[in-house]
Amino acid sequence: MNGKTLVLGVIGSDVHAVGNKILEIALKEAGFNVVNLGVLVSQKEFVEAAIETSADAVLVSSLYGHAEIDCRGLREAFVEAGLGDIILYIGGYLVVGNQPWEETKAKFEALGFDRVYPPNTLPEDFIPQLRADLGLEG
Amino acid sequence: MELIVLIDIGSTFTKVSAVDLAEARLIGRFQAPTTPFNVTEGLENALSGLAEEMSRQGVSPSDLRQARKLACSSAAGGLQMIAIGLVKDLTAEAARQAALGAGARVLKTYAYELTEADRDEIAALQPDIILLAGGTDGGNHTTIIHNAKVLAELDLDIPVIVAGNRSVASEVAGYLSRSFSTYITANVMPEIGRLQVEPAREVIRQVFMETIVQAKGLSKASELIEGIFMPTPAAVLRAGTLLSRGAGKTPGWGDLLIVDVGGATTDVHSLGSGHPTRPGTVVRGLPEPFAKRTVEGDLGVRVSALPLVEAVGAEVIGDHLGWEPSQVIERAQRITSEPDYLPQSPEDVKFDQALGFFATKTASSRHAGRINQVFTPTGAVWIQEGKDLSQIKPVIATGGVFVNSPNAREVLMGVVHDPVEPFELKPTAPEFYLDSNYILAAGGLLAEQDSLTAFALLENSLRSV
Repeated sequence: MNGKTLVLGVIGSDVHAVGNKILEIALKEAGFNVVNLGVLVSQKEFVEAAIETSADAVLVSSLYGHAEIDCRGLREAFVEAGLGDIILYIGGYLVVGNQPWEETKAKFEALGFDRVYPPNTLPEDFIPQLRADLGLEG
Repeated sequence: MELIVLIDIGSTFTKVSAVDLAEARLIGRFQAPTTPFNVTEGLENALSGLAEEMSRQGVSPSDLRQARKLACSSAAGGLQMIAIGLVKDLTAEAARQAALGAGARVLKTYAYELTEADRDEIAALQPDIILLAGGTDGGNHTTIIHNAKVLAELDLDIPVIVAGNRSVASEVAGYLSRSFSTYITANVMPEIGRLQVEPAREVIRQVFMETIVQAKGLSKASELIEGIFMPTPAAVLRAGTLLSRGAGKTPGWGDLLIVDVGGATTDVHSLGSGHPTRPGTVVRGLPEPFAKRTVEGDLGVRVSALPLVEAVGAEVIGDHLGWEPSQVIERAQRITSEPDYLPQSPEDVKFDQALGFFATKTASSRHAGRINQVFTPTGAVWIQEGKDLSQIKPVIATGGVFVNSPNAREVLMGVVHDPVEPFELKPTAPEFYLDSNYILAAGGLLAEQDSLTAFALLENSLRSV
């Protein structure tokens, strides 16, 4: 265990469960303490779980194209809860159709996410970055 | 004949039941008014009343005197608790569930950091026990430590049970131990999505037995009896658990529901996982305890008759009875102001039936889970919050409004799923049982000593209606 706690979940009315399970397994293997909220997770549930567990980062998944609506106000909700500095990641099929990735990335960064990942990102693609953001060696 | 005497020291009546252990049968019962300032007197009256009744059956008073005597109590206000947690819907709710399941009246639940005003309010509420939770294991520790420091400023000797983040439990107890008697037990919510209320419930029961009984002046009664083992609602929940799970090789009844309508409150106990019965349903929210108790302080048929009318609506009750709303309010007022009111006229009986029905209906609706349909881009999904009770068969009714009713079944119909409220997960086709001899609490007490006999006693005593 590396001592870092992550809250994980698929936001909104999204029921894609498989990727969420794979992420949980990969992150546990990488030594994180994983709090997986599963699918259909509301903003409130992300915030409350992060409070109770003193989470270091929150990893949001969205695979049905409605992430922008679901994530509006999420960073602000963390600010309200006294966790304004928490590390926020998002990944998945964030928008509908073939929109330029840079635009999508900028959109979600503006919503307060620290890192934004495109579809087909594998756990090993982002875990080194996550470790670095959390101040873990290597 | 080997006898055991089971005693329920209630707020109004002290009820004593004599059980033949070999036959697992109730052979006599008696009740006398509880004497508030010295419960021993009421208990002695009840016991001598029982002795008289038993002597008619050929049981000698000395047999009765030598019989073991176990008691539960809800006298002197019952067990009054404060629950404290971090997030309202997470550890604060888990702490509240733990206290309710231990048979407590939860005076108030606090979430997040306690303020000075909260601290003073707690002092004014004068709880018997404070349950202090907050943070999952290894999770948040700042809030529970802050709250322990705030509580420590209260120079009160109230037992505090620490059931929060394991990593700081002893530190928390350290802040409190200067003035409070503190107990440490397992976290009520060790991780998100996992409820662990049993260890806390057990400690609450221990503290109740060892210290609260004394503090409430109930200990004088214990010269006559072996001890007061638990608050009465805990005994009822214990009986429900036993009936549901069975004893030894005797299979239990499976999932079941108990509705206890009183003068001041209505309790609902459900025994069962409450997992979804509709395929493709996703469960949200805090997991539910197998043995769950809810208490509705505004629903009752005597002291709480007016609050009940307010909660349900005088028009709704009036429609049900074919009366004017003003008539409903007037009658409720009369009942509330006359605590020893007994229904006399046919109208009185009809009104009691209606109050019982709506107390049952509202309390079971609040207890049951709900299901909602959510439309997602991949199709409709059902989301369930709380327990699914739709397939529950046995529903057991206890309390005077059922026992004295000319038609208990009619009152109990309040528990049945109402098509007007399609999203409530209430029983759709239940079977009704009546606790006509007030045996549930006695059965729960006996279960502590002899679960096989207790199970048989309950099965022999509950009457199908």
